[in-house]
Amino acid sequence: MIISVASGKGGTGKTTIAVNLALSLSDVQLLDCDVEEPNCHIFIKPVFKSRNAVFIPVPVVNQNKCDGCGRCQEVCVYNAVVVVNKKVLLFPELCHGCGSCTYFCPHKAIEEEKKEIGVIEIGKNGETQFVHGKLNIGMMMSPPVIRAVKKHINRKKTVIIDAPPGTSCPVITAIKDTDFVILVTEPTPFGLNDLSLAVEVVRKLGISFGVIINRSDLGNKKTDEYCAAENIPVLMRIPFSKKIAEIYSRGDSIVKVLPEYREKFQELYKKIEQNKNQPGIK
Amino acid sequence: MKQIVIISGKGGTGKTVIAGAFAALAKDKVMADCDVDAADLHLLLDPEIKQSHIFSSGVTAFTHKELCEGCGACRIVCRFDAIREDFTIDPISCEGCGFCSLVCPQNAIEMKINTSGKWFVSDTRFGPLVHARLGIAEENSGKLVSLVRQKAKEIAEEKNYRWVIIDGSPGIGCPVIASISGVDCAVVVVEPTLSGLHDAERVVDVTRHFNIPVKVIINKYDLNCDMTEKIECWSKDKNIQVLGKIIFDEAVVKSVVEGKTIIEYSNNQVAKTLRTIWRLIEEELERTN
Amino acid sequence: MKVAITSSGPTLQSNVDPRFGRCPYYIIYDTEDGSFKAVENKSSLAAGGAGIQAGQNISDMKVEAVITGNVGPNAFRVLSAASIKIYSGATGSVKDAIDKFKNGEYKETAGPDVESHFGMGRK
Repeated sequence: MIISVASGKGGTGKTTIAVNLALSLSDVQLLDCDVEEPNCHIFIKPVFKSRNAVFIPVPVVNQNKCDGCGRCQEVCVYNAVVVVNKKVLLFPELCHGCGSCTYFCPHKAIEEEKKEIGVIEIGKNGETQFVHGKLNIGMMMSPPVIRAVKKHINRKKTVIIDAPPGTSCPVITAIKDTDFVILVTEPTPFGLNDLSLAVEVVRKLGISFGVIINRSDLGNKKTDEYCAAENIPVLMRIPFSKKIAEIYSRGDSIVKVLPEYREKFQELYKKIEQNKNQPGIK
Repeated sequence: MKQIVIISGKGGTGKTVIAGAFAALAKDKVMADCDVDAADLHLLLDPEIKQSHIFSSGVTAFTHKELCEGCGACRIVCRFDAIREDFTIDPISCEGCGFCSLVCPQNAIEMKINTSGKWFVSDTRFGPLVHARLGIAEENSGKLVSLVRQKAKEIAEEKNYRWVIIDGSPGIGCPVIASISGVDCAVVVVEPTLSGLHDAERVVDVTRHFNIPVKVIINKYDLNCDMTEKIECWSKDKNIQVLGKIIFDEAVVKSVVEGKTIIEYSNNQVAKTLRTIWRLIEEELERTN
Repeated sequence: MKVAITSSGPTLQSNVDPRFGRCPYYIIYDTEDGSFKAVENKSSLAAGGAGIQAGQNISDMKVEAVITGNVGPNAFRVLSAASIKIYSGATGSVKDAIDKFKNGEYKETAGPDVESHFGMGRK
């Protein structure tokens, strides 16, 4: 089963849940798809075995073969290819790598080159297999790096994906084609506002999901009321604890310092298995 | 006129609460909520929407099944896995490049204009707010963020305001880049955790990459004083001014629940620290004129 | 020859707009007969590549020189490739800018003055 952990609002506890769930189960692979700000490695402390660059294709023009016909500019919707004075100018930062210009050039004057946008690192700690991606500083788009991380999914394991915050394309790329989404929230107006957006996303993708309420005693009851009204299962509640905050702040995992939590996360997994195929949730 | 953006790298460090506080403290300003896919600032500012506009970010492919002969040329060329086995388009994966539409021998694929979201200009008790809502599962390439920035700047210039206060989003990708572009100061809110520092380092690298002046606020600092010290050392090493350290106080959550900025809710330690921080920002930025 | 001046409005009294890619109007002034026309800038709300699109549009209009406040790196590349001379740092009214240009008071700009995304919300 592939479980993704997402949230809408940042800072609700996705990484905490993903990491501690992974450490409480056996035969697990954890993928950190928050490639802009990956944090799981801080807690898992894996030994990395390999490191691969992630590339996207960018066009390059052979000016000798080019006659300035402008067909490349016609087919590019992103303003990444422009013909001025019969010369082709390329703007790689606007390019989406669709391949259209390369294909349609009547003189085969355009080729594709690889531009590095990020890196994937693979490793493990004990039983836990680990993969994460890092978007290079100054690069704009994370989905290609997220897709590269997900290429390493090992379906023989229980796979847990830590998704980025938000509700737009990076999150979609991370949670797409997973079997269950855990939405982590906090019971505050910000948390509820962003949770309802995240719920719309997950429903649009048609994936079963449930909610975890973190810092559950700091806020109001509206999140509980919302989940009840929308028939969304609340899988776990974690009250605010300065001890847990402190453990997190040092980069330690809850289940290591407070072993009683291991059982709670195993319970969580059982609940996910029960809720995975519920028609009422989709 | 000065523009300030509040960012963090990591989510949940307190950007919106701090942006709300600055909104309450600054005189003659426009607010801009650039966290367009999870906007929250309006929950503190209680805006009255005066203008509402549709935002279109591009096009999405659509297959007219009655014209399709199933040759599969579209699936061969699509690099984004956006064309299903039945040759219909998955609008969520489609990046609107139009390649499929150009190769289809039956002209069965139409490129339709997206309605990707909405943006608004509103009145609040603190002044005008420009905010937006990106549609569900839409691409967040920074275009809508840039639009919000542009409109906020236009209003500030029109009314001769002194400040544009921008609530940014987590991360380091194009929405963040669009929200920091050309500002006079980026304020990075760091929480005293290893993750918080790690993420702040990356977002500061982005500000340096684009030559944006940067300052730091350490929020909830007493949750780990050792980490706070580490952050202070790191800031010093990087030549970044720490504007202040804010104590953790459950009153902040209570103020959010009541829809108030912390400045309005209480004159506690948090509010006092924020007042001092804002005064520092005013002095610093008005000096570099 | 035709000269394009980035403008905040459609008349000679309008102020020079500091942004090449996202100004609302271009005033196209013909130095031979002193005539001018105001052209709306369709790239001003373009998603990416406003400077690129604007550069293309200006080149298509057979303009030989551009007078503006600032030019970003993408626009600079396009205008240079089109052999269009760039004069940046202009302020004041469009009419003032034209007079200064005719008096040879502007120097040609050697490189982009601002980073990309300048026109999106900077002072």
